[in-house]
Formats: sequence, C-alpha cells, structure tokens
Amino acid sequence: MSTTAPAREQKLRASIHTGRPSWYWPVLILGSVLVLSTVRVLTGANDLDSSGALGAAIGLAMPLALAGLGGLWSERAGVVNIGLEGMMILGTWGAAFFGFLYGPWVGILGAVAMGVLGGAIHALATVVFGVDHIVSGVAVNLLGAGAGAYLAVRTFTGMPGGGPTQSPPLDKLPFLSVPGLGDWLLGLEQSHTWLVADVAGILRTLTTDVNVLSIIAVLLLVGSWWILWRTPIGLRLRSCGEAPHAAETLGVNVLRYKFIAVLISGGLAGLAGGFLVLVASNLYRDGQTGGRGYIGLAAMIFGNWRPGGLAAGALLFGYADAVQLRGRGDVIHAYLLPIGVLLLAWGVWQLIRAKQEKKLLGVWRIMMALVVLLWYAVTSEVPPEFTSMTPYIATLLVLAFSAQRLRMPAADGQVYRKGEAN
Amino acid sequence: MKFDLRKVALATAAPLLAIVVALLFTSLILLAAGDPVVAVWQVLFKVPLPRQMVAILNEATVLYLSAVAVAIGFKMNLFNIGVDGQYRIASFAAAVFAGAHFLPGWLNIVVSILIAMVTGALWAAIAGFLKVGRGVSEVISTIMLNYIATYFVAYMLKSAAVKVEGSNATSTQILAEDSRVPGINLQVWLGTGREVYGLIFLSIIVGILFWFVLSKTRFGFDLRATGRSETAAIASGVNVKRMVVTSMVLSGAIAGLVGMPLLFGQDYGYGDTVQAGLGFAGMSVALLGRNHPVGMAFAAILWGYLNQLSNGLQISAGVSDKLVLIIQGIIVLSVVIAYEVVRRAGLRMEQRRVARELAAKPAPVAEGVAA
Amino acid sequence: MSSAVEAAEVTGAAAQPDLAVELHGITKRFPGVVANRDIALSVRRGTIHAIVGENGAGKSTLMKILYGVQLPDEGTIAINGTPVVLKSPIEAIKAGIGMVFQHFMLADNLTVLENVVLGAEGLHGIGDAARAKIRELSGEYGMAIDPDALVAELGVGDRQRIEIIKVLYRGAKILILDEPTAVLVPQEVTELFDHLRELKAEGLTVIFISHKLDEVLSVADDITVIRRGTTVAEADPKKVTARQLAELMVGSELPSPQTEESTVTDQVRLELRGVDLSSGGERKVLDGISLVIHAGEVLGIAGVEGNGQAELVEVIMGMRRPTAGEVLLEGDDITTAGVREIREAGVGYIPEDRHRHGLLLEAPLWENLILGHQTQAPNIKGPLIDAKAAKAETERVVRDFDVRTPSIFVTAGSLSGGNQQKLIVGREMSHSPRVLVAAHPTRGVDVGAQAAIWDLIKAARREGMGVLLISADLEELVGLSDTIRVILRGSLSGDFDPDVVTREELGAAMTGAVNREEER
Repeated sequence: MSTTAPAREQKLRASIHTGRPSWYWPVLILGSVLVLSTVRVLTGANDLDSSGALGAAIGLAMPLALAGLGGLWSERAGVVNIGLEGMMILGTWGAAFFGFLYGPWVGILGAVAMGVLGGAIHALATVVFGVDHIVSGVAVNLLGAGAGAYLAVRTFTGMPGGGPTQSPPLDKLPFLSVPGLGDWLLGLEQSHTWLVADVAGILRTLTTDVNVLSIIAVLLLVGSWWILWRTPIGLRLRSCGEAPHAAETLGVNVLRYKFIAVLISGGLAGLAGGFLVLVASNLYRDGQTGGRGYIGLAAMIFGNWRPGGLAAGALLFGYADAVQLRGRGDVIHAYLLPIGVLLLAWGVWQLIRAKQEKKLLGVWRIMMALVVLLWYAVTSEVPPEFTSMTPYIATLLVLAFSAQRLRMPAADGQVYRKGEAN
Repeated sequence: MKFDLRKVALATAAPLLAIVVALLFTSLILLAAGDPVVAVWQVLFKVPLPRQMVAILNEATVLYLSAVAVAIGFKMNLFNIGVDGQYRIASFAAAVFAGAHFLPGWLNIVVSILIAMVTGALWAAIAGFLKVGRGVSEVISTIMLNYIATYFVAYMLKSAAVKVEGSNATSTQILAEDSRVPGINLQVWLGTGREVYGLIFLSIIVGILFWFVLSKTRFGFDLRATGRSETAAIASGVNVKRMVVTSMVLSGAIAGLVGMPLLFGQDYGYGDTVQAGLGFAGMSVALLGRNHPVGMAFAAILWGYLNQLSNGLQISAGVSDKLVLIIQGIIVLSVVIAYEVVRRAGLRMEQRRVARELAAKPAPVAEGVAA
Repeated sequence: MSSAVEAAEVTGAAAQPDLAVELHGITKRFPGVVANRDIALSVRRGTIHAIVGENGAGKSTLMKILYGVQLPDEGTIAINGTPVVLKSPIEAIKAGIGMVFQHFMLADNLTVLENVVLGAEGLHGIGDAARAKIRELSGEYGMAIDPDALVAELGVGDRQRIEIIKVLYRGAKILILDEPTAVLVPQEVTELFDHLRELKAEGLTVIFISHKLDEVLSVADDITVIRRGTTVAEADPKKVTARQLAELMVGSELPSPQTEESTVTDQVRLELRGVDLSSGGERKVLDGISLVIHAGEVLGIAGVEGNGQAELVEVIMGMRRPTAGEVLLEGDDITTAGVREIREAGVGYIPEDRHRHGLLLEAPLWENLILGHQTQAPNIKGPLIDAKAAKAETERVVRDFDVRTPSIFVTAGSLSGGNQQKLIVGREMSHSPRVLVAAHPTRGVDVGAQAAIWDLIKAARREGMGVLLISADLEELVGLSDTIRVILRGSLSGDFDPDVVTREELGAAMTGAVNREEER
C-alpha cells in the first residue's frame, strides 16, 4: 500500500469524514451575512436579522435541535423514531405540571422523565417486540397526544389560572447576559448600517438574554458529538446502526444499546417540550408542539445525521418559525427577492450549461423565478396564513433539495432480532 | 385447511388481547389519579341508546373511509399521514363547488364528490412525487403538507366564506335542499328519528372495491408485492416509482372522500367548525383492523362506540371525556405489538411444521434447514 | 484405496493439552432438524485443520457453536486442554478463538480502524495506539491495510484481510475461517494460504471450513469430514485423494455436470453490442460488452464478484439502462425496454439472491409462482388474477420439478434453499423463455438440488433456449457451458473452450495481469 505523507493523509481523512474542505463553513457563514445584509438594506425589512428576530430564532431552534438530537441518538443506533412529537407532548405536560408545583428546574426534570417514559414505550415495541419502527412511532404519537390532552384536563383544570387545555402561568428558567455589551450593541444595530448592524445584531443575540437551557442544549449537542464519535461507547452505539449483526458477533449487546438509545432519544424530545413550555413561552397549551417533532427529524436528515449539520438545520427552521411567530409578513416578503434572484440565476445557468434534456428544467426555473419576483413587486406583505406556513414549506424545500445527497446509518430502520446472523 | 383456522384464531385474539390490556392500564391510571374506576366502566360498557347507535354508525362511516385511505398506503409500506390535510382541502374544494350550484341536484353531488377525490389525490401526489423524485420521506412530507393545507384552506375560506345569518360561524355557501344527500331513517328498527348518513353506502362501496382491487386484480398483486419486498417487485417487473405515486394518489383520492358524508349529510358547508383529527383516527382504525376491509369496519365501529359513549364520562362519572384518547392510544399500541408477536409466531410455527412434515417423508439427500 | 481414516475417540475426561481444540459428542437440534449429531473433532495446536462437507452438512452450525453464537444441546468443548462453556462470542474471544465469517461482518460506513476495534476498545483504545497496533499487525503478516480507509471503498480481498486482522488484534490463537475462498480467485487463494502458513509458523492454529477439495488438500495438515450433521472420517491430506474425500462427503459418488453433445445452433437468441454502463464515476461499470448467445447454447461468464456481473444482468433484464450500446432479443431491440416488457418477451430470470429478487418470502407458494409473470397466462384473466389457474400450475411445477413442500399454501420462506431455487427454476422454465439468465443458480443449494438444477439447465439447452450462466463455481461453468468468457472490471475477455481451459488460465483472466489494489 502506498505510504502517504502524514499531512496528505490528514487532509484525506478530513475529507473522508466531512466531505468538505476546511474553509467551507467560514466562507458560507460570511457569505450569508453579506447577502442578508444587502437584502435587508435593499428591502428595508430591518427585522430580517435584528437581534429580536435572531433571538427568537435561536429560541425556537433549540426545541428543534433537541428533538432532532433525540432523533439522531435513536437513528444512529438503528431505530427510526418518528414518535418524537408524542414524546415532546408528554414533555410539555411534564414541564408544566412539575414546573408549577416545584419550580422550573424540577419542571425540566419532569419533562425529561415524561419523555423517557414515551421513549420506553417505543423501545419496548421496537427493540423488544420487533414492531415496525414507523408503525410504533405513529402509535406513540397517538398515545402521547391523547395522554397529554387527558393529563392536561385532569391536572390543570383545578389550578389557579389554568384550564382544561392550558396550564397556569409558570416561572421561566433564568436568562443570562454578558454585562455591558447589550446596550452598546443595540445602538449599533439600530443604526441600520450595512453589515455593521447585522454583525452587531448577531453578536447581541449571542451575548444577551441567552437562556440557561439554550446553553445546556448547545452543551448537549457538543457532548453528543464527542460521545458518539470519540468514545468506545459511542462507537458501539453507532455500530448498532451500521452493522448490528457484525457488532453482535464482536460481543456488543446490540439490543441493550438500542433500548438505551431510544430512552435517551425520548428524554431529549421531552426536554425539547420542556423548552417550549419553560423558555419559549411560560405555559402549557394543547397542541403547543405544532409538528416540531417532525421538523426536528427533518433537521436531523438535513444535517446528515450529525450534530453539527443538525444544529445548522435547526437554526434554519427555527428562523423560519420565528419569522412566522412574529407575524412579520414583511420579512417573508423581503425573502422573495433573493429567492427570485437565485432561481433566476440558477435557471439561466442551467439553460447555458446543462445537457439537452435538462434545458427544459432551466426554462421552468426561470419562469418560476419570474413569478416569484412578480409576486414580490406587486405585494408588500405576505398574508398571515402564509407566514404561518413558512416553517413547513421551508422543511419541504430543504428536504427536497438535500435528501438525495445524504447518507443515513446503514441499518437504520432495520428490525433487528438477535441471532439471525448468517 | 386446519392451519388457516388456527391462524385466524390467533389474528382475532390479538385485538381482543389489546383491548383487555388497554382496560387494565386505564384502570391503573384512574386508580393513580384517584378517579372512580367502576363508574367509568359503567358509563362505557352500556348498550348504546338508539340515537347513539345512529351516531356510532355515522362516525364509523367517516372513520372507515379514512382508514381505507391509510391502508392503501400501508399495504405498500407507505405512510400517508397526510389524510388530515387531504380531506380538508378536498372537502373545501367540494364545498365551494357544490355551493356555487352550477349543476342541478344529484349531478351536483356526484361531480362535487369527484372534485373532492381529485383534489385529495393531487395533494397526496405532491408527497408522492417528492418521494420518488427527490427521495423525501413521505412521513415528513405528508405531515408538513397537513399544516400547509390547514393554513391554505383557512386563507381561502376568508374569501370564499359566506356569512351565515344568525351565527358567528364562517362557512362556504350552504347547500340547497336538492344538493343534500338524504339520511336513512331507521325509526322503524331503532326507534329514533336520527338519520344515518346516506353516504354510508359510499363507505361500503369503497370497502368492497378496496378488497376487490387488492386481492383480485393484477394491480393489487403488484401493490402487495411491492409492500412485501420492493427488490423482488422490481425484479418481477413492477415499476416501483410509478407504483408509489399511484398508491399515494389513490390514497389521497379516498382521503378526499372522508369529508363527504359530513358535507352532504350534516354540515352542508365547509366552515371553521370542521372536524379535525380524522386522519389520525383513521390511522388507528387501520392499524387495529390490520388493513383488512372487514377488520377495519369492526375497528371503525369500535372507535365510534368509544367516542360516543365517552361523551357521558364527564357528566356521569366526573372524569374527562378525553380519557377515551388514552384508551384508544393504548389499544393501538398493544395491538401493533400483539400483531407482530402473532406474525412471528405464525411464521415459526409454519417453518417447524414444514420441516416436520418433510422430515417424515423419505429424503433422497439430506437437507439441512437453510440458515 | 488407502485413506487414513481413524475414529476420533477420546476416552474419559483426560483431555490432551497439545490439542488446541477438542470437541466431543456435540449435538445441536433446531425445530425439525438435527444440525449436528455427536460430533467429535480434535485439532492439534499449530496446524491447519480443514473441515469439509457439502452445503447443509452442519459445518456452519458447528463453527457457530465453537464461536459462542449458539450453545450445543449436548457435548463438551475443550480449549488447550481446559473444558470451557462458550455462551457468547465474548467468551470465545477470551478463550483465544477468532472467527472469520464467510459473509463479512463489516460496517461499510465506518473506517477500518473502527471496525477492528469495535468490541475490543479496551485493548488499545480507539485512537493512535490502536492505529499503530493495526499497522504493526498488517505489516507483520504482509497485509497492507490503511486503518483510516472507509470500508465501503475497499474490495473483497482487502475486506477479508480486515476480518483476519480483527481476529489477530484480539490476540486470537485459534482462527476459524468459514469458506474463506468462496469469493477469491486462484491467485488470491494462494495469497491467503501463504498468510495462513505464516500464521501457522507463529504457532497459531487455523481451522478452516471448505467444500473445495483441491484447495483443502493443498494447505491442510489434517482433514475432518462431516456428513449429514456428524463426523464421518478423519483424513490425512498426504494420503487421501480429492475423489475419495468427495465420496466420504456425500456417501456416494459426487455428481458433476457432464458435458454433452453440442446443441448450439445458428439462430441468435440474445445479442449485446458495445454495451456501456457508467455510474457517474470515472471508471465504467460495463465497458464495451458484446456477446452473442445462440439457441441451444450456454454461455458461461466467470468472474470475481464485483466486476460487473450483477450490473450486466440488470442491464439485460431492464432494471438498468445502459449508457451506450444495444441489447437485442432475437433481433428486437430491448435496450430501453422495462423489466416487465422484457420478461413478457421471453427472458427468464434466476436471480443471484433469491430472497431479495426472486421470492416473496411471506407469501404462499402459489402467489410466488405469479411473481415475475403477473401479466402472463395462466396467472391472469384480463386485469384480474386467476387464482385457481395459478394454484393448479403451482401444483404442476411442484410435481415436475421435485419441489419438496407439504403444500402450495406454505410460505416460500419455509422451504429450504434448494427447494426455493427449484421452484424459481421451474417457474421460469414453465413459460418457455427464449433466453434464460441464470446468476449463480446453485449458490447455497444442497448437492441433490444442485444436480437437479444442472439437469434442468441442460434440458433448457436441449430445448433450444439460450442460457446466460453467471457463476463463481468454475466446476459448474466448465461442466455446463459451451463457451466461457471472463468478466473483469466491466469488460469481457475472449472465448475459452471449456474442454481445454485450465483453472489457472481462468484464474489469470479473472484477476487480470495488474493487481487491482494498485489501480487506486
């Protein structure tokens, strides 16, 4: 075998594992900031990346990231978990119930515990009994939604300020800020100067009014990466999702790892629910999760089943969620401009460069781009119902464009029975 | 075929076992919450009143349609979780068209139903194409489309709505008398004036077609083969991509029918009081009925029964009506586990039986069990 | 006939310490069959010990017991003189046993390093120390392996080396190899045997399972023969011949495909012209494939797995479209036709992997008969399935093709491999195809069924079908084919005459002159 120089080997290894050169992420981030900045100035939609919007984005990204992380732990061990939504709902109830009685920190523990309970049900069905993973996930969602609704009625009706579908108001978890920076950065931000304001907005978001749970979530993300890719336990867990039969022959207790992974998955989903109740808002409401468990899954897929990509996906979807929650039709409207321009550019490029059969696609894209740009020019705002759709459309679009180039764990979704090796 | 009888017995034992498990766990939950267990079961285990029986049949009609829509997907290992969104947008389209009264009487009804089917089919096709063309999981895409449909219809309802006199509800144009499907009056048998939806016949026809297409036609064979083993289906000549889209389209078309009994037999318009959650309930029924046309019918009736009788829980037993959701959730969970256990046991039993019977016959060469 | 056959008897509890492995009275029952019955095995330390037997004789079960994957119902195991009970692979590993499975147990998406250390992270960690150890081992035994390569990118020979390193990494002193040469060409087999001899020189013990008698005779020090689940003989490779071994294995004369009078005609059934297939990478998967099969001719294609055979079959069957070239069925262009069209046009298909491509395991036999022919008589009546006719036809196929099953209503998964294959062959032949594509038709099939399938292919040939036979079994190819060609890296070699070609010539063609590894 050829003896490669260590440096070349290093770079080769890096590209094997991430598939991308090392300057990829910094350039992407810088480029995005530049583009956003320009669009903001051109369209005057200053809430595009204001610290308020970004703060809300991160706040909404966290539950998605946590849910997605739950999905990641489970799928890396080979168990598809679409019951995240149900586990999240159980978590929301747990957070509200225990949070009301004992304060927000116990509330969080309650949320995790309820999530683990949901995870245990899924684990029982899939790992112990070998039920199809998606069928079990659907059942867990049904049960979680029903249990949440029932428990809410049962426990919150009597409480002061509570009702059959809503908990009483709760104490939130503490917010932290780096002292001194907040006001100065706010001033910079409100000057609306190109690039300066945007960078200030970003910095302010990261240093002011950051919730403790957000920090915990980030730690969990980093910790998950470290455990799964840098420790023996993580290797074993991943092997269960890649080649369970091989792992079994090497002495790995595959069923146990899967079971525990699904429990962790439930706990993280429960935590995501807790975030919704104790940070993003201050109470429990029926239907609060609004499909975020599924969006979290989408973020996981977008992230190629890795915590880093998952975080990026969650931020993307969280941003879309924040925009619709703030009811900013003007922001969505502003986005029509770059979307239309990009579509136009892509369509033109395809027309010029692509093979014969793809040229038609290019024409199609140009037409769509013109429609989008026309829509931008003619309207000044997007109706509220459409802004509500934003996170869901964003999910669809993102998956439509990225799903094919991704690689999920090789044995993901496979129903594993012990001793069925060749 | 003695063996088949045993398999049938095993198959029906599973849902019965699931119901028993659900009763057990629900009782435990009630005990833990300090709620009256006996009172709850007294409320639920009553013979339904005649008016309740009609309501049960009506609910079952709608649930059955939803279940068949989902089952078409399940048979192909496709998970159409978007029935909710599909029937909303289909019902809306049908309601708007029917409300415009372009056509007279029953023609209006028939065309509206067709429009509902087409709309549902198109909405589901989006997910189908996304799966086939871009590899997007239909689980996620159909759920996203649910939310998109809900908001889209809400937006369209604002412009299509007609103010109903004397109430605050928004709705599409209320249907004229001749565009309504008359109910079936069972006064003579049941002693109640409440009517069963006339479109119950639609459900029955759909069920029969579902059975027929799936088990008797070539298309049904291809569909089931793809669900059992996609690789074998491809090698046998099935165009799987086309099959996926066709499946989703059919599923969406049936989903579009879900709202028809309500539209033409009860509400006579699409408004913001439209019933939600029928998609997920349909999925429960399909799972419980194991995607079998008769099994799903029984499951739909059971679900209707549980829903109707639980309405009295709050008043008679002081327990929230929503307890029924827990009962239903546990039933679904237990039944999917039970079915899986039964399926494996059945396969193992059969393999043993085959090996036993072959070993009894004289063998030209020794044969080991294929590992 | 003087074969050194000795009864392997160990009296009393006095186990002998110079025996690395000693099995006594091992019995294992599964529902409906006794896989191992009263097996006795004595393996001397520092030797290469071969276990031979036909498919289904119980060799794999025995090895699983030795590796702790299964527990024997009766019997004792002694390792280096100490009795042990092996309840799991971990215990076997602790006892110094390492197993290299026939079907490699590797995770494609993980690196070599990750695959090797999995389960043994405690030995050298999962970082640089482990990396160094792997390099050391691979250097010591002359196997060049890069610990950070992704397994998905490695070929068969490399994968086997990884499996061996996995075992050595854990300090195994007793190696078990299950059919190690099944996927190797003659040159690679020689390399493997050199590795094994080096291991033996270091004092390790090697047990290897095979049914390839020539290879066994060339490398083994001792041979144990297993037939129908029990040990029937111990043989000394220096004295016994392949023929004698074969007879011991089967208990009677070993059937081999005999060539018959030529039935090749001038009528062209299948022709491929310049077929190319690219998959986006630089190298073409199929490169300029041109072949002709006449009525009554069997064209055999030899080659190591992964050189394009599977893709060739997919192109012919319509599952993939070639990027260039044409496929002609009796003159009709079927290059862009779909699978259904091609099957309807009269191309029969015996797939390489019957469980994935040939059968619906959970469907009854009569539905499996319809599979692949959902649009052809007698299975259909217009757009409907004619179940009655299909069932009658299934009964006939079961009878005529000797498919051993209690009824046509059992699920296909309940049948043994040989019977499943007979059903498939019967199904395909019943539609009188013009061309039959048979990919590894006797893989995983017991000897009786194998002989039956060979007869069926010869019958097909006589009836004027054109048969494309793809196989890794050189004996099968030589015995059945009228012409043999070799596929290597997507290209076909010239014709070889099965009557005169030698295994070495075929082997050389199958590997090519250049070592595949250096290509990257």
